[in-house]
Amino acid sequence: MEFLEIFLSANFWAASLRIATPLIFGTLGALICERAGVLNLGIEGIFTAGAMSGWLAVWLGAGLIGGLLVAMVVGALIGLIHGILTVPLGLSQHVSGIGVTLLATSVAYFTYRTTLPDVTSPPRIEPFRPLDIPILSDLPFIGPALFQQTFMTYLAIALVFIVGWVLARTPLGLAIRAVGDNPASVDSQGMSVYGLRIGAVMVGSSIMALGGAFLTMAAFDAFFFGMVNGRGWICIALTVFASWRPRKALLGALLFGAFEAYQVRLQTEVGSFVPGEVFLMAPYVLSIIALIVAARSADYPRALLVPWFKGQR
Amino acid sequence: MSAAKRTSAPEAGIELPVILELDNITKRFGPVIANDGISLTLRRGEVVALLGENGSGKTTLMNVLFGHYVAEDGEVRVAGKNDNLVQLAPGSPQTALEAGIGMVHQHFTLAENLTGFENILLGVESLFGLARGRGAARQKVQNIVRESGLAVDLDIRVSSLTVGEKQRVEILKALYRDARILVLDEPTAVLTPQESEGLFEIIAKLSAGGLAVIFISHKLHEVLAASHRMVILRGGKVAGKLVTADADRTMIAEMMVGRSVPGSKRSAMAPGEIILKFDGAHVDGVDARRSLHNASIEVREHEIVGIAGVTGNGQAALAALISGLVKPDKGSVQFLGERVSKFTPKSFMDAGIGRIPEDRHHDGVVGAMSVAENLAIENLEDGRFSSNGMLRFAGFREYADAMIDTYDIRCSGPDAETRLLSGGNMQKLILARVLDCEPKLILANQPTRGLDVGAQTDVHNRLLAARERGAAIVLISEDLDELFALADRIVVIHAGNLEDAGAIENLDRTSVGLMMAGHQDEARAS
Repeated sequence: MEFLEIFLSANFWAASLRIATPLIFGTLGALICERAGVLNLGIEGIFTAGAMSGWLAVWLGAGLIGGLLVAMVVGALIGLIHGILTVPLGLSQHVSGIGVTLLATSVAYFTYRTTLPDVTSPPRIEPFRPLDIPILSDLPFIGPALFQQTFMTYLAIALVFIVGWVLARTPLGLAIRAVGDNPASVDSQGMSVYGLRIGAVMVGSSIMALGGAFLTMAAFDAFFFGMVNGRGWICIALTVFASWRPRKALLGALLFGAFEAYQVRLQTEVGSFVPGEVFLMAPYVLSIIALIVAARSADYPRALLVPWFKGQR
Repeated sequence: MSAAKRTSAPEAGIELPVILELDNITKRFGPVIANDGISLTLRRGEVVALLGENGSGKTTLMNVLFGHYVAEDGEVRVAGKNDNLVQLAPGSPQTALEAGIGMVHQHFTLAENLTGFENILLGVESLFGLARGRGAARQKVQNIVRESGLAVDLDIRVSSLTVGEKQRVEILKALYRDARILVLDEPTAVLTPQESEGLFEIIAKLSAGGLAVIFISHKLHEVLAASHRMVILRGGKVAGKLVTADADRTMIAEMMVGRSVPGSKRSAMAPGEIILKFDGAHVDGVDARRSLHNASIEVREHEIVGIAGVTGNGQAALAALISGLVKPDKGSVQFLGERVSKFTPKSFMDAGIGRIPEDRHHDGVVGAMSVAENLAIENLEDGRFSSNGMLRFAGFREYADAMIDTYDIRCSGPDAETRLLSGGNMQKLILARVLDCEPKLILANQPTRGLDVGAQTDVHNRLLAARERGAAIVLISEDLDELFALADRIVVIHAGNLEDAGAIENLDRTSVGLMMAGHQDEARAS
């Protein structure tokens, strides 16, 4: 049967991992912000800004690593705006997040347009090339399926374990988890709630920006309007699905990547008699179903969305 | 309550070195002076109770001490090396912690998703370092636990600890940081009587070991049992300082209120007809706090039935059932001898059930509406308040004027915004609304929580007057003093089970306390 044969192609698994990569970055970033108690709906805009700024830096000659650093700095700065609005000023995290998304997206488009006023087709850059892991990439099936990815995919997976380790095993992680559960616990022990929360939002946002940068620097090699296409919002849902745990976030992103890769292949198989939109919709429908199942038992950070003001209890 | 601890150094006449001095602390919030030139000294090994009504400035003073607030005037001095007093830099919790001041807030400052041990380590380790030396930290915690008797499982998430255990983690947190001064803000507000007694034993042990303790309270009997000295605040000023051994309840109460407080008098009265009866009523709530198992209870005319229990043992389910907010899953509810079939708040109100809800701000009034609107809101169909489906605001105001007068609701008038009322006046508003309809049954759920002594007495007298009139009253309270002052009978609620403890005359605090903790057998034996 053709439907099942798709799972037997190494190409399908490689595509799943590739599609999952920006979602891994985005979900990790959202998870760090939310663990500290701040919902960051600026994610969609941060993706766009990360995609644009990373690409532009490379196009202007900064090199690929330079491009990633530029994207991270841009992400952190946007995170700083969201952090200041929501943490010391205590504005609605939803409203601020949407505003930040609109702002970051518009500024990214504006910068792109003003830098390149005359181009008709988006200029391409030399992107990250697939990096074969010695020995592992030569394994039959598994090699081409998993170990012939770009540097950014490996980075994303490494970050899953780094973020997991920091959250679970270090004093910093302890403080971030505490500030997202009960800010007073951190304040009463002499630490700065504002510092921790803004710091977490900045770091989380810079990791989100890497997700955007992946799109222009490893997937499409160029910047287009509308290219982020809701990936940021998917990450917000995946964060709940993952119950704020990095390794579950990896799992969720891979699942979504697999749905997406599967529907693309299914379209070519049976697309002649079922409208293509049905397949485009499928991953989102499935993620909503997965969310309904997972979110009921989700262990929300208790202080998520709750602003905290010094000296008020 | 045991008085075993009043034996340590201060009473033996030995002057131990002063460890803390608050000098002329003044703190304003806009035009309000929360602390007006308060001075206080604390010696090593001494337990000082800080007493006062709500708004007397206790918590503000402690927040100044701990650096949460910066005082406009005055200074805090803490003993440094060689016992010489050094001024504490204001406005920094970090400095206060380093000077050896530990504070246990009324609302715990624990991260519930961490273990107790992790909560203790929070902020002690360097933030950007690695988690090194946790073995040594654990050793230190274990030593403290052994010396103080603060036994608690530190390796499970705080969310699964009981309130008493959480408090122990809070105290351990302070002791781990080598606190020399421990401030406890209303530490017994959430504890069972037994847990409170355990806490006082630990405080006695710690103070004998040299720890200086300030504890904030408004419960007179525990202050008398557990402190060496007391400082009483009123309206932001020191109203008096007493040595506990020479103090008595009336004296303290008068200092707190500023006038003499006559207690409420409950006259003997024969109960009449059965008004409310539960027969094996069962409520399956979403969690244990909202469940009731096989509950049977009878409440008669001229009778106040006190429901004693630690919060979270099913009081919410009981209150919801009496208000018509839930339907029993099994068993029956009878009102005036008839089986109730329709469970809606409206039908219950119409039948003559008045409710004084637990959370007056949230469930009792609509804060953004006026006093007049809140008074009328449960009776809008009444001809005074509406005709032909249109509201009559003149009727609202007229009624509100009368109620403001009768129930002594202090506000700027019928049009005052209700959220601006003090807790006591808000409660008077609710009492007016409920009692003026002369309900046959009154549900009073924690009616005096958070009220000061004066307002408490007022609520008590109103409830007693309703009883006299013939109302049946269900009084849910955590405060044993209140229950013993008002109730004719006590029913203990524990883990969703109701247990009739009997007539008040045959009861004492200890046995009720034991039943509240779920030890029925011991309670009978004692």
